[in-house]
This record gives sequence, structure tokens and C-alpha cells, in this order.
Amino acid sequence: MMNFKVEKRVETSRFLYIFYIGALILGMLAASLFFSVRGINPLFALSKIFMGAFGSALGIRETIAKSIPLMLCATGLIIAFRGKFWNIGAEGQLLIGAMFATWIGLRFGASHGPLFVIPLMFLSGFAGGALWGIIPAVLKVKFGVNEVIATIMLNYIASNLIQYLVYGPWKGKTHYGFPYTDDFAPSARLPLIPGTRIHYYTLIIAILLAIATYFFINRVKYGYEIKVTGENPEAARYSGMNFLKITIITLILSGGFAGIAGVGEVAGIHFHLTYPDQISAGYGFTAIIIAWLSRLNPLLAIFVSFFFGGILVGGDVIQTSFGLPAATINIFNSLILIFVLMGTFFMEYRVSFAKE
Amino acid sequence: MEGFESLHSILKGIEVRKERKESKGELTFKSLDLRNITKRFPGVLANDNISLNFKAGEIHALLGENGAGKTTLMNILYGIYHPDSGEIYINDQKVDIRSPRDAIAYGIGMVHQHFMLVQTHTVGENIALGFKDSPFVMPTREISKKIGDFCDTFGLKVDPNAKIWQLSAGEQQRAEIIKALLRGAKVLILDEPTSVLTPQEAEELFQIFKRMAESGNCIIFITHKLEEVFKISDRVTVLRQGKVIATTETGKTDKATLARMMVGRDISFEVQKKDIPVGEKLLEVNNLFVRGDMGNTVVKNISFSIHRNEIFGIAGVSGNGQRELVEAITGLRKVEKGTVKILDKETQNKNPRDIGELGVSHIPEERLRFGIVPNLPVYENVILRDYYRPPFSGFLTLNINYIKEYSKEVVERFSVMTPSVETTVKLLSGGNIQRLIIGREILSRPDVIIAAHPTYGLDIAATDFVKKLLLQKREEGSAILLVSEDLEEILQLSDTVGVMFMGEFTGIVKPRETSMEDMGLMMAGSKKWA
Amino acid sequence: MNFVSYITSILERALVAGTPLLLATVGEILTERSGIMNLGLEGLMAIGAVTSLGVILGTENLFLGVLTAIAVGGLMSTIHAFISINLRGRQILSGLAISMLGLGLSGLLGRRYVGIPLPVYFEPIKIPYLSRIPILGEAVFTQNAFFYISVALTIIIWYILFRTKWGITIRSVGENPLAADALGVNVTKVRYICTIIGGCLAGLAGAQLSLGYIHLWIEGMVGGRGWIAIALTIFSTWNPLRAFLGSYLFGGVYALQFQLQGIGISPNILLMLPYISTLVALLVTSGATSRKRIGAPSSLGEPFIKGEK
Repeated sequence: MMNFKVEKRVETSRFLYIFYIGALILGMLAASLFFSVRGINPLFALSKIFMGAFGSALGIRETIAKSIPLMLCATGLIIAFRGKFWNIGAEGQLLIGAMFATWIGLRFGASHGPLFVIPLMFLSGFAGGALWGIIPAVLKVKFGVNEVIATIMLNYIASNLIQYLVYGPWKGKTHYGFPYTDDFAPSARLPLIPGTRIHYYTLIIAILLAIATYFFINRVKYGYEIKVTGENPEAARYSGMNFLKITIITLILSGGFAGIAGVGEVAGIHFHLTYPDQISAGYGFTAIIIAWLSRLNPLLAIFVSFFFGGILVGGDVIQTSFGLPAATINIFNSLILIFVLMGTFFMEYRVSFAKE
Repeated sequence: MEGFESLHSILKGIEVRKERKESKGELTFKSLDLRNITKRFPGVLANDNISLNFKAGEIHALLGENGAGKTTLMNILYGIYHPDSGEIYINDQKVDIRSPRDAIAYGIGMVHQHFMLVQTHTVGENIALGFKDSPFVMPTREISKKIGDFCDTFGLKVDPNAKIWQLSAGEQQRAEIIKALLRGAKVLILDEPTSVLTPQEAEELFQIFKRMAESGNCIIFITHKLEEVFKISDRVTVLRQGKVIATTETGKTDKATLARMMVGRDISFEVQKKDIPVGEKLLEVNNLFVRGDMGNTVVKNISFSIHRNEIFGIAGVSGNGQRELVEAITGLRKVEKGTVKILDKETQNKNPRDIGELGVSHIPEERLRFGIVPNLPVYENVILRDYYRPPFSGFLTLNINYIKEYSKEVVERFSVMTPSVETTVKLLSGGNIQRLIIGREILSRPDVIIAAHPTYGLDIAATDFVKKLLLQKREEGSAILLVSEDLEEILQLSDTVGVMFMGEFTGIVKPRETSMEDMGLMMAGSKKWA
Repeated sequence: MNFVSYITSILERALVAGTPLLLATVGEILTERSGIMNLGLEGLMAIGAVTSLGVILGTENLFLGVLTAIAVGGLMSTIHAFISINLRGRQILSGLAISMLGLGLSGLLGRRYVGIPLPVYFEPIKIPYLSRIPILGEAVFTQNAFFYISVALTIIIWYILFRTKWGITIRSVGENPLAADALGVNVTKVRYICTIIGGCLAGLAGAQLSLGYIHLWIEGMVGGRGWIAIALTIFSTWNPLRAFLGSYLFGGVYALQFQLQGIGISPNILLMLPYISTLVALLVTSGATSRKRIGAPSSLGEPFIKGEK
């Protein structure tokens, strides 16, 4: 008779990342199987995704463009998750950041130069995302409200708020019939690498923030406090740490980074505010998977974001070529997450077979 | 069946026939054997080829230090752990115990040290849980009746409708025993059963043991207290580092022999304590009232003071307000009424950090839960209480180099066994974690030391280390508050002892002028003032 | 429209709109009482809505449609059970994954059904005599089968949880699995069963959405109801009887949303109403419950690790 024996690993080694890579591959394969439901050869679909994302210069350019918001959101989520604050609200924080930046762009874009407008857009986007993040932080620490539900509710509220604006008061005069604001004036637009949609200001900010976050977590007092409150709140209390302050700092950064991602999308891709599904293709949710797959290490998140940017681009490719709904990408994301969670088990536990 | 008739007649409320049919141990219980049991945990050989025999009608003590493998062995017998190898025999028949369900069916019951009770449920609900003989609908109603019948005969009184969290530790233990006996336990295992009891309650428990043994049951109790072994057991088995050192009839051995077997070397029970005059008053608590987690007042009108060169001990069964008192003094819990003065400053309702800055060390109880962050490395745990101030950090950043140097100093001075200061703390042993916490605390805040259960769960070497360190700090001028359930330790170390019962001091006495009996009476609520 | 019939119609709508919330909430209460937190309700409802509708469009068999939704809900929650129970994974992330999977699959499968009206659906059942009671009777006793089933299921689950041996077992497993295990209770089995039944109820809630309420499939139709049900689980302090109150209160919010549209408030603002109400509801209850720890199972969300140090 065979018996499973499960033991917690004493030390995790880098070699164990093999389980994550395996999980990634299995998740992709499992997701592609669902295409056979629609009569599409799964392997063909997979190769189409990869070729679309990484197989051409055009694909790689798009992949980089898509990885920018992912990187920012994931870096922010890593800070929150380190503090065991389950921020599922990067999506909403991104949208509010986009909204704030739009207001600045429309208000000052025509009258001021880019040196004034662009930094102000980034700052306001950060502030918007941070504001949207502070709400669940206060609700949790002050009133014990579950942050998962609070952040998800705030996603819906943000989405409806944006829709209200673009269908109502902010609806532009120039886009007849479309729920868009007016386009930003040139000085409120981010410069692109010619021939691409890579708004490199945001890309540079994203990479710098990821690196800075790495140091923040390991070398800065507040990063230390976030780790301690996340790992053992009782010990944090014993040390006299201020939960409200720490949680607010966490969410200012976490939400703020997502807000910057929102700035990049409106000022670097669309040049106007439009309905929420257009601004964010679920970046806030995909970023959760990136954060987890990076084992909450922001440096790793840079590379993982690039990979997931590719999945988004490849997803777009098969959506258009096979006429699939936008939600298809959720299948990829969810199955990868499911397999990654399974992989986590094998990373943390040693499973052996004992014969009897 | 003779051996069991008396027990069954006691269990008159129970449908005896049904019980017999369902339990696999239909025959009279005669003996239980463990043969060559080996159990390995990652990095530890908990049980090393253990063979042991238990007989009907005996009280068998399992003696050993913390970490000797006693609890693991009993958990194997009860089906919670599975041995890597080895066999179990009941009445010379090999049995396969894969889960507690099997163990219960074979007539084995266990009362764990940390009670396996659902705190928010009633006694009746806890007993009905997983119990075959309770009805499907409204199970507790039936159970209440059975408990009533049962209580009368055994003197195990407990209210079936009380919620567990409302009960004292002694009452909870009774609920556990009833739970096991109602399920037809013939072998009853108890893990450190007296650790939560007053000496008098322990005495009552021993009487119940005797009655149960006389009716043919086998009582196995785990302990590390030699006195108990001699007071109650028929036979004793000594375990050390996962191995059986000896099994012997209690009457044929003596304390020193057992102690030597338990520790592996000669040990002295003496602690050197110098007579020194006390200094200035450092900590003063006046008419303190504190509320517990459930909102009721659990510390009532407590007053005492501690001077330099003095250890003030607080004795009492845990759950009588000691935890809340310590939390109130250290700033972790709100004070309802009264004052706490440290170095002549009022500190009630101050933040733990402000109180720490006055020079107050806090060695917390449940050190894994409060004292450390298990997933962070040693050096990040060393700075848990000091990270925010120079020289550990500047305005924003941590001075990692200084922190690591400082951590090395703590590790060396307090002999923390760790591969490096980068090692994750959860990989250290309990004793080393405690050395780390004590080192961290008293190195930077030596004036007032609040130590809650500082030796709980430590092996003899580490216990010795902690005791000596506290005495050394006393000589160096610290004012020390020592809270412990270990009466012996309290009496050995303290200059003055306050006994707590239901949130009040039932006495403040000098250890030399007090007998164990008096201590026990005070712990059970009779007031005595020296 | 006179005032009485106006009230009656709001009440009736509130009950219809509250029914999917009730089903999903009660399922989640059962799951969480056993110690497992299933955040996948949103996806389970979506997949339940699509599959039941798909089956009915193919077979015109209502019973088969509902059964499919229940089965799919149960099946998908098994994944969550496996990750949470066997693999000791993060339940929040696993639930999120189930949610995404359900949304993704329902999008993929439901593409061809979008906007197709149902050939058959659940007709209201008028209970003789009772349905003639003004206001209350007219609203309560003229509902379709989903309503009556949801009420019955809620009461049954409450009875099981608080009046039977099973209930003691389930609640004990959620409070202190170690204690339950030490008495021979199979913690894994209990948690699997509760998680799967909870998933079945979420699937059923989805079927109610497409078959008994909205009568068609549109992507994004579940619209956060799964998450609201999770909030309602907290709001009802893990007690099915209190879930009645929460569910119909929120049903009322949906009904109100519909009514207010008539007086010219922007639909996008009105759409926020349920979400804002959820935050308010949590704000009101969380403080009180977390202070006194009413209901919340102590080991909620924590894996049970047996036979380990």
C-alpha cells in the first residue's frame, strides 16, 4: 500500500522555482484545452499567443507597453501583500489615478507646457490611487472591515464613477457618440518610443519603483514595520507599532503605484479617458498573480510582468483571430494562478511516498 | 468482564449494550504494548525505537524533560501521529491505529495539555461532538442528562450548559475527562494534567485517578514533576531524547535516580540566591482594575511595588488575571482604573513603546506568538523593539551593518545557538528563541524586567540559564516582576510573592515563611496576608 | 399606480432580487462555518447562470438546467476545496482564481447565448389564499420556485447547523479542527462536503439569475452579487436566519435602484448603490462583530495541518 507523507520543507531553495515554471506551463496548457470547446486546436492557440507576444518586433513592443501597468500594479501589491493586506483593488486604484490625471490633463494641458503638466499628472494620479487605497485601509484598521470585499466594492464604484463621467459631465465634444473625454493636448501626452506605444517615462518610473520597493522592504523602517505587521501583528503590537499609520503608508504606496499605472494608460496610450474596460484590461487582477508568482519580490516582478504582458498581447491576438470574448484572458490568468498555488505547495512541502 | 462491571455500573446513563457492540475492544482490557515505535520529524528523532508496556489497573507515569518525546509517543498511541515504524498491541493482539477514531474504538482516551475543546461551544456540545451515542436531533439535550448522571458518581462536576471559555482550567479538564470516559475509555492518557491546577485540585484529580484505576482502567500521565510520580504512580517510565531510559516500579526507585535518568547527569536542585538589601522603588501598581477580552473586569484592585534588587513573583493558576495584569503594565491593554508608576512616572494607558523607553523589558508569555516574528531572520528580530531609534536606524533607513553587529553581540552574550544572524528564527529551538528574546530585552532595558512564564516549555539547561540570569540581574539592580505557574520556581527566585485568584491578590507573602499548602489554599481563593 | 400596489411591487422585486443573494450567502455561511472561505462565489454564480441557460436553450428542460448549475457550482468549488484543504493554499487567492475562472469560462461559453431570451422559465407560483393577503401576501406568495426553495434551504441549513449533531461537527471543525480531529471527526471530509454544498448553492443562485430573474445571459450580469453575498455572510454573523434580513435588504437596494431610475438619476450613479450599501453594511457590522467576535469561526481561512509539529 502506498502512502503519502507530507513534510514542511525546512529551507526553500532556489531550485524549487522549477515548480513555478512547471505550474506556469501546466496552467497555460490547461487553459488552452478550453479552446477545443470552441473547436480550436489548443496547441495552435498557444503557439499563436506566444508568436503574437514574443515572435515579432511588433509583438515585443506591445508586450513591453502592456507590462508597464502590470509592473506598477504588481509592485504596489507586493507592498500590500507583504503586510498581509489583501488589496484586490489595484484595478479601482488604477482607474481613479487615471481619472485624476485626466482632470489635470484636460484642465492644464492646453494652457501649460509638458514640464508642468506631465509631473503634475503623475503626482495627481499617484494621489488618486493612494486616496482610493486609504479608504479600505482606514475601514480595516478602524472598523475591522474585510479588505478583500472593501477593495472589490471600490473597484465597482470606481468603474461606475468613470462610466458616469465619460457618459455624462466629462463627455467630450470631439468624439461624437463615443463615451470619451476630449483628447489631451500635446503637452499632456507622454512621449512614446517612436513607432511603438511604449510611453517610456512610465516604464522608467515602473522599473525604478520596483527597485526602490526592494530597498524599501529590506532597508527602510516603514518597510520593516510592514513586514512585521504582516507576519505577526501580535509582535507588532508588542513592539508598539501604530497599525493605522503603517496600513495607511502601505496603501498610499500600493494604491499610488496603481494610480501611476492609470496615468500611463490615459496619457500614454489613449490620450483621453474612456470606459473602464478600455483603460484597464484587468491589469489590477493580473498583477495579483504576478505578485504571487514573484514570491513578493519586486525585482522578480519586473520580469514576470513582462511575461504576463505577453500573455495579454497574445490573448488579444487570439481573441481577434478566433472571435473570443475579452473574458477569455481570465481563463488563462485563473488557471495559471490555480497551478501556481499548487506549485506553492510543492515548494513549501516535501511529499514522499512511503511503502507499507 | 469483571474488571469493567464496576465502571459500567457507574456509567448507568449509557446504553451499555450498544457501547459494547460498537467498540472493537469487546474483551476485558488487560494490557497495551508499544513495540519499537520510531517517529521522525524534520530534523528531530522524536521517538527512537520505543517499547513500552501498560497494564490494566495501573497508574503509569511517563517522566521526561520537555522535548523528550513523551507527548509525541502518546499522540501516536492516540492516532494523531503515525509512527514511521513500530507496532501497537492490545491484549497481545496487533492493532492498527490510524486515527483518533480508531483509538477511541479501542478504548483509548486522551486529555491533551492544551485542551481539545471548542471554546465558543458549551460543555454539552463539546461532548456530543463526534459521539456515536448522541441523538441526531438536539444532541446536547440528551448529553446533558448523561453528564448529570455521570458527575454524581465520579465527583466530576461540570455544568453541561456552560460555554467552555467561561470555565476555569480545572473545570475544562473535567469536561475533557468526561468526554473520554463517556466514550468508553479504558486507557486514559493525560498530558501534564496538573500544570493548570492548584495543589488541592491536583490532589482531587489524583483521587479520581485512583478510583478509575481501581475499576480496571489504565491511567497514563505525562509529567516532568518528580513529586507527582511518587505521590500517585504505580510504575514510571523515563524518556530522554526520544529513548526509553527505564521502566520501573515507583516504590523501587528514588527521586535522585529518576532525576539522573531524566537529565542524563547529576543535577542540583539548589539555586544560589544572595541576601541583598533592596534599592529604590522602580515599579508601583496602585488599585489597578483591568478588563479582559470579554469585557468583564479580570484584574481587581491589585497593588504592589517592586524595588531595585528585588524579584516580585506572581503565583496562581493561569487564567486568574495574570496575563491581563502584565499586559496592562506593559501598555498592551487598557487600564480601567488605578495607576501604574514606573520610575515615578504614571504610565497607565501609555503605548508599549513609551513604556519600553523608560527601561522596561518585557519577556512575553507565548513567545512564538508575541515575542518574535518567526519568518524573519535573527537580526530583524533582535531589533523588534528598538528598530525605530538611533543607532539602529536613521530618519528613514535601518543601519543594517550596525544591526547585524549588535545582533551578533546578543547572540554571543546570551549563547543563542544559531548558524548565523541571517537565519530565520522559526528554525531555532524554543530555548534559543527564549535566549534571543531575553537578550534583546534586558540588554537595552535592564531597569525593570517583566517576565511572564519565562521558563515555560524550556528544557532543564535553558530553564537553569533563565533562572540564573534573572538572579544575576537582581543582583545588578533590576526590579523584576516574575509571573509563573511553576510554584517551585516562584518560591525559589522571588523575594516577595503575590498570589492571584480571580483577579485579586489572596495574599502577599515571603517565600521562606510560607508552606506549599498555604500557597495552594491561596491559589484556590482563601485569603492570607503576611 | 396607487401606493399599495407600488409598495407591493417594490417588495416583490426586493424578494426576487434578494433570492440569489440568499442562496449564495447561505451556501457561504455553511462553507465558512466549516472553516473554509470561498471567495469564488462571483465566478460560481456566473458559470451557474450560463450553464443552466445553455442547457435549457438546448433541451428546454428547466429541471435539467438547474441541476447542471448546481453540479457545475459543486464541481468548481471542489478545485477550491482541493487547494485549500489538501494543498493548504492561500484561500483568498484560490477563491479569487475560482472567481476569475468562472467569469472567464462563462464569457467563453456564454458568447453564443448573449441576449437570447429563454424559451421557458420559472413561472410564479401563486399559493392559494395566502397570495391574496394584501401587500405581504401578494409579494411573498406569488414568487417562482427559486424563492420557495431558497427559503426552505435556508431554514434547513440553519436547523442542521444549530440543532443537530452534524451542526456541532461542522461548527467544531470551523472553530477548532484539532479538537474535532482528536475525537475522530474527519475534518477533511466535513470541509469538502461543506465547500461543495456551498458551491452548489452558488451555482443555484446563478441559475436563479438567468432563469428566474433576468431571463437571459449578458456578460457581467452577476455584477458583484457574489462578492456582496460574501459581505452578507459577515453581515448575518454566520447565521442563516439573519441572512434573510441581509439578502432582502439588499434585494430592496436593487429594487430601489430600479425605481429611482424613473426619477431621472443617472444610471451609473444608481449602479453604485449596492456596492456603497455593502461598504456601509460592513462598516456597521464589522466593528461590533470583531469586537465581540460573534459568529466568525475561529479557524476561518486557516488550513488544518494534521500530524505535524
